Amino acid sequence: MLDSNKDSLKLEAMKRIVAMIARGKNASDLFPAVVKNVACKNIEVKKLVYVYLVRYAEEQQDLALLSISTFQRGLKDPNQLIRASALRVLSSIRVTIIVPIMMLAIKEAASDMSPYVRKTAAHAIPKLHSLDPEQKDQLIEVIEKLLADKTTLVAGSVVMAFEEVCPDRIDLIHKNYRKLCNLLIDVEEWGQVVIINMLTRYARTQFLNPNVNESLLEESSDKAFYASDDEEDEDEKAEVTTLEKRKPYVMDPDHRLLLRNTKPLLQSRNAAVVMAVAQLYFHLAPKAEVGIIAKALVRLMRSHSEVQYVVLQNVATMTIKRRGMFEPYLKSFYIRSTDPTQIKILKLEVLTNLANEANISTILREFQTYIKSMDKDFVAASIQAIGRCATNIGEVRDTCLNGLVQLLSNRDELVVAESVVVIKKLLQMQPEQHSDIIKHMAKLIDNIQVPMARASILWLIGEYCEHVPKIAPDVLRKMAKSFTNEEDIVKLQIINLAAKLYLTNSKQTKLLTQYVLNLAKYDQNYDIRDRARFIRQLIVPTDKSGALNKYAKKLFLALKPAPVLESPFKDRDHFQLGSLSHLLNAKAAGYQELPDWPESAPDPSVRNVEVIRLLERVTTLTSIPDWSKCSSRKDRKEKKVEKPFYSDSEGESGPTESADSESDSGSGSASASGSDEGGSGSESEESREETESEEEEEDEEEEKKKRKKLDMTKAKKQADESAESEQSSGAENRKRGRKAVKNQKSASESESESESSESEDESEEESEEESESDTDVRKKKMPVSKQPPKQSKKESKKETQEMSLLDLDDFEPAPASAPVTPVNFLSSRLVSDLEGLSLTDTILAPTTIAPSGLIKMYELLHRITGEGLAVEYCFSRQPFSPDPNMVAVQIQFTNNTNSETKNLHIEDPRLQSGMRIREFAEIDVLAAGESVTVVIGIDFCDSTQAANFQLCTHTRKFFVSVQPPVGELMTPAFLTENDFKKEQENLLNGKLMGMNEILEKLTLGEKCVNEHVIVERVTATANLSRVPCGSDKECSTPPPPPSAPVYRFAGKTVSSGCLVLVTVTTKEGGGAQLTVNCEKMVIGTMLVKDILQALSQ
Amino acid sequence: MIHSLFLINNAGDLFLEKHWKSVISRSVCDYFFEAREKAVEPDNVPPVIRTPHHYLINIYREKIFFVSVIQTEVPPLFVIEFLHRVAETFQDYFGECSETTIKDNVVIVYELLEEMLDNGFPLATESNILKELIRPPTILRSMVNTITGSSNVGETLPTGQLSNIPWRRAGVKYTNNEAYFDVVEEIDAILDKSGTTVFAEIQGVIDACVKLSGMPDLTLSFMNPRLLDDVSFHPCVRYKRWESERVISFIPPDGNFQLMSYHISAQNLVAIPIYVKQNISFFETGSSGRLDITVGPKQTMGKTVECLVVTVHMPKVVLSANLSATQGTYNYDPVTKILLWDIGKLNPQKLPNLKGSLSLQSGAPKPEENPSLNIDLKIQQLAISGLKVNRLDMYGEKYKPFKGVKYVTKAGKFQVRT
Repeated sequence: MLDSNKDSLKLEAMKRIVAMIARGKNASDLFPAVVKNVACKNIEVKKLVYVYLVRYAEEQQDLALLSISTFQRGLKDPNQLIRASALRVLSSIRVTIIVPIMMLAIKEAASDMSPYVRKTAAHAIPKLHSLDPEQKDQLIEVIEKLLADKTTLVAGSVVMAFEEVCPDRIDLIHKNYRKLCNLLIDVEEWGQVVIINMLTRYARTQFLNPNVNESLLEESSDKAFYASDDEEDEDEKAEVTTLEKRKPYVMDPDHRLLLRNTKPLLQSRNAAVVMAVAQLYFHLAPKAEVGIIAKALVRLMRSHSEVQYVVLQNVATMTIKRRGMFEPYLKSFYIRSTDPTQIKILKLEVLTNLANEANISTILREFQTYIKSMDKDFVAASIQAIGRCATNIGEVRDTCLNGLVQLLSNRDELVVAESVVVIKKLLQMQPEQHSDIIKHMAKLIDNIQVPMARASILWLIGEYCEHVPKIAPDVLRKMAKSFTNEEDIVKLQIINLAAKLYLTNSKQTKLLTQYVLNLAKYDQNYDIRDRARFIRQLIVPTDKSGALNKYAKKLFLALKPAPVLESPFKDRDHFQLGSLSHLLNAKAAGYQELPDWPESAPDPSVRNVEVIRLLERVTTLTSIPDWSKCSSRKDRKEKKVEKPFYSDSEGESGPTESADSESDSGSGSASASGSDEGGSGSESEESREETESEEEEEDEEEEKKKRKKLDMTKAKKQADESAESEQSSGAENRKRGRKAVKNQKSASESESESESSESEDESEEESEEESESDTDVRKKKMPVSKQPPKQSKKESKKETQEMSLLDLDDFEPAPASAPVTPVNFLSSRLVSDLEGLSLTDTILAPTTIAPSGLIKMYELLHRITGEGLAVEYCFSRQPFSPDPNMVAVQIQFTNNTNSETKNLHIEDPRLQSGMRIREFAEIDVLAAGESVTVVIGIDFCDSTQAANFQLCTHTRKFFVSVQPPVGELMTPAFLTENDFKKEQENLLNGKLMGMNEILEKLTLGEKCVNEHVIVERVTATANLSRVPCGSDKECSTPPPPPSAPVYRFAGKTVSSGCLVLVTVTTKEGGGAQLTVNCEKMVIGTMLVKDILQALSQ
Repeated sequence: MIHSLFLINNAGDLFLEKHWKSVISRSVCDYFFEAREKAVEPDNVPPVIRTPHHYLINIYREKIFFVSVIQTEVPPLFVIEFLHRVAETFQDYFGECSETTIKDNVVIVYELLEEMLDNGFPLATESNILKELIRPPTILRSMVNTITGSSNVGETLPTGQLSNIPWRRAGVKYTNNEAYFDVVEEIDAILDKSGTTVFAEIQGVIDACVKLSGMPDLTLSFMNPRLLDDVSFHPCVRYKRWESERVISFIPPDGNFQLMSYHISAQNLVAIPIYVKQNISFFETGSSGRLDITVGPKQTMGKTVECLVVTVHMPKVVLSANLSATQGTYNYDPVTKILLWDIGKLNPQKLPNLKGSLSLQSGAPKPEENPSLNIDLKIQQLAISGLKVNRLDMYGEKYKPFKGVKYVTKAGKFQVRT
């Protein structure tokens, strides 16, 4: 059929062949017949022939050569699609002989008119490289050329080629860095991923660590910052002094540019892009900003399970380093019974990492549900997770242990086994108190069959045999009996147990030990035989026994450090997040290490100077008319670079860039054409206006400065010119703008179909900054740092932007993208604000006041730190009427100054997730010497985490925090004694019952002699009500012996309404027992502590 | 990047392979089969499998495993996302993405894969562009093609590929210009035994079907945009305008697409439209158990709950169920151990109830756990979050389009623990 004249028959034949290929059948016999059709006119036949060729050319190199001439013809075709596909196929047939032809074709295509063909050329580069690595040098040249390309279409592909061919040639990126950042948002999504990953690595080599201790950076940045400031005027000096005090870390503006331009991509629909941005922020952003990625990552959790799997892996790594980031999203990691097991286990991992004192009780409650799951692997993982929580958070260790012991009676053997293993690890941390648990476990050994669990129990008994002196030999006896039937791992532990017992209690166990060792001697497993031999020599005294014998006891019974239960994700963050290597926790082929931050930033100017050259090239491409002038300008620039003054500042510029006015020039001018493609027409117009307005605003100041600078600058001629042209520059600008528009139109390609409205926002912002930086540039240094007249709208941080004279050369094309010079002062300012402020967070001390009347006042703001404003607060124990779930906090303001304080209000509450605050109405005026009391409501969510907020007056802001003692988180509940008992039983019978009850023995303090004092103390500590008693004697339950008085108190937590039941049973001789039942374990534990202290004083 | 792709069906048959670089023997899939066997459930196959020389990254969709072979470092999500995009493209082209349709259209599949990747790097993944390059099969066209011998491969470069808006093709013409938006919200929730909400959030998407001529520039605004907590957009949406004005401004792709997806987090109060009273218990002796489920409306905002389905994954020991439903039908599949109760419309006057006994495998111990219930439901004409589209404006074209917005609320991962 292939020889037929009809296209339709050919097509049919080709379709069948392709179907064969798809099924994996060998169709290589048909090669000669197929290859003939490469010149076929029918485009579909042609395409299918291409498919065939690419598949089999490698096997039939000679015949494949026949088709080459067709492609060479195709490369010259006027249709760009045909040019591109010819190049594609040519580069895809892996035939070594045609390497030179390919090289030539790629070079040609790299300067093709059509960006689509250029893109194909970029794709062809890695193909050629893998075919013949010797072409690398030539290919790098092509890459360099294509990197300079400014269309979004090419950017992604060429960076991909870069990554594959020469990922270490970071120097190629310098001059394209800003362009890539600015184009990023318009690049197609796959390209975005590659570019972002590459830029992450780039930024790691070029910028300073934003999280490094600020003081380390201080000298370098300061120097650079002030290197050229000889003549600041007054207000600048003021600024400077404050600056010096703050010692800022100044982020390189290029670094900021990258962060700013990638942030919108978090909103991408493509999970890979979101992940790429997330890892970029994780690796590059200052701590304070990393948080924004959490939300986007949590969103990805809704995606396909494969995506979830990868995202969770990365989240797990992140949670180890930055736990706080994901805490608000805790609930998003709750597990559904329908999740696949691997997802469940990863979620569990994340939950465990997120656990802290505040949320442990909710997490443990979740875990309790998980334990009952049908999925046994998952149950085992849950038990381990409980174990890890217990080791990490001391407060719940006992409750967890109790819960796990309960699980030992579970019917499922796997659950029991896993619990045993975890309990073993926990017990190792504090064995003294738990001999009864060890005993309990010794009993279990009869029933448990899982080898790991048996081994764990045996190890425990051996290790702590002195705690269970009677049981241990008995266990050994049983084990000796069943020795031959055990698994290897159990046998080893039996030998260990025998050895340890022999050393501590040789009288009873000598024979047993010998018996076990004899059995082991003839075991099939060589490990066991070895071990038996070794131990026999070591512990059984013989005449030949060496020195080791003496130390046997030390060897076996040495104190072993408790194991640290660690996350398997602990060390994974040395791999770049989101990479394959990270996922596998092993280096994959071709993985590029994420470099460490440099000690000092490399010269940032590398990113500018050359951009001018780029500009030239680009201008040729887009035929901007004035390009000859551009080059003359460049000459001038280079001339200037040599001037001593400039080179000074350049040498020291370090990370600041503020001093480095030159740096802006490049991008400013480059952006003329390198600006958002397509948008540049409208943009230039935009920026023209901006520049104008900018000028007007700054005219005055600048005029002043200019005069001074003129003296300094050696580029006198120019400066003069600029001073004169100041007035006219606006007009010139306009002219220029128009020209640009015209150019744009004349420039062929589709780039001109711009969506003006889209670029509007961007260009507006950008051009604003640009016009400033741009002007610096031309002015030639002498940057004067001052506050910009207009704060950039969106940036919340302060920016010190340098301004200098405008010196607009009329031939300069419209500026577009230039980095801002944001100087991140926020953190430093914060620090200075906090300096004088003592946070009142040490108020957790238990109260010891009478229950009624007097209520303890806590200090919120001391009169000295508050500059005369003293603020105290107390828990009024009144229900907060607007919202019953809130704790009422009464705040008293006292104005100790001589003047009025105005506009007292709360601002910017920074609360833990779930916490809410209801502010008081603003106090307009507080006269001198007056005081006023207001009530606010805070929903603490039943945690003792402090509520942080700012207290603002008309002049100052104070950071304050209210931290509630645990006793204030509840309201009294009125129960009868019978209800009380019923509830108590309910709580006890809940899941993992051990966790809900805390028992503590105590000795009553001297003063706690009568009923009255005890009740008073308890109610002072916690907002509880006494349960009316009197029926004590009738009560039939045994625990409280009828003779001893029992006091019961009941309350509910304010936010969730959980019951809190407190029982104090006094005994003769000042002894007492305190029982607290509460579903919220943390509250229970803390309450016990507080009441204990109150009662024993 | 992506070296090769293998499609494998649920039974383990490899029915399509495509290589973008040199050929990799299909024996590499043995590692995959091994992992597949170990995982038991297809869901549990690890997405990334490591073999001595390659890495296999796979996804499972529509009962097909898409297994890609990777040789060097690449972000795994990149590959996973791409594979999903491939599956979506197939769905878009053939109506469904199944083994049969792929086998029937193997040539088009091959052409598509050829266009989507070049040397393993994604080339064209926008469906608008692909459709211009390779026209989707229709009955009419295949008839015409067989007669005239013309092809369904485009001859010119799609204009979109080169423009700033690669998602839209040029020269679109319709006689009826219309734009429809579906606001679909899904409630993800976990309720505990007592009916209290452990966790609830809303996931919403706005699906659009835009058939407008020319280059329309649309602006969609909401009554209450502050509700939206976290959003992700189709690349056509101008992010800056969303940031500054909270409106969605975009030049739409032609046809169906997902405009945006959003997330309303657990911090806001999420209305739970129904409550479930359940009691499932297994007796200590006698190998039997009892089941009693009642469903009732809670916060439905005055709308009716439709398509209500309760699914229960029973423990392995449950042999059969003898139940009676006051409304709808139930079905217990003893093989998959899934009890499915299809209720239909929820009538607030007469609450549906399912009651009866379960018989267990005799001799087996009583199951430890109680199964959890998965709920499926649908409420028409309601976005449960309260999100409302305010207006849709069009710029750039003269004609007056026909506009429409529809709201639907569904249950997403809605689970009741017992």
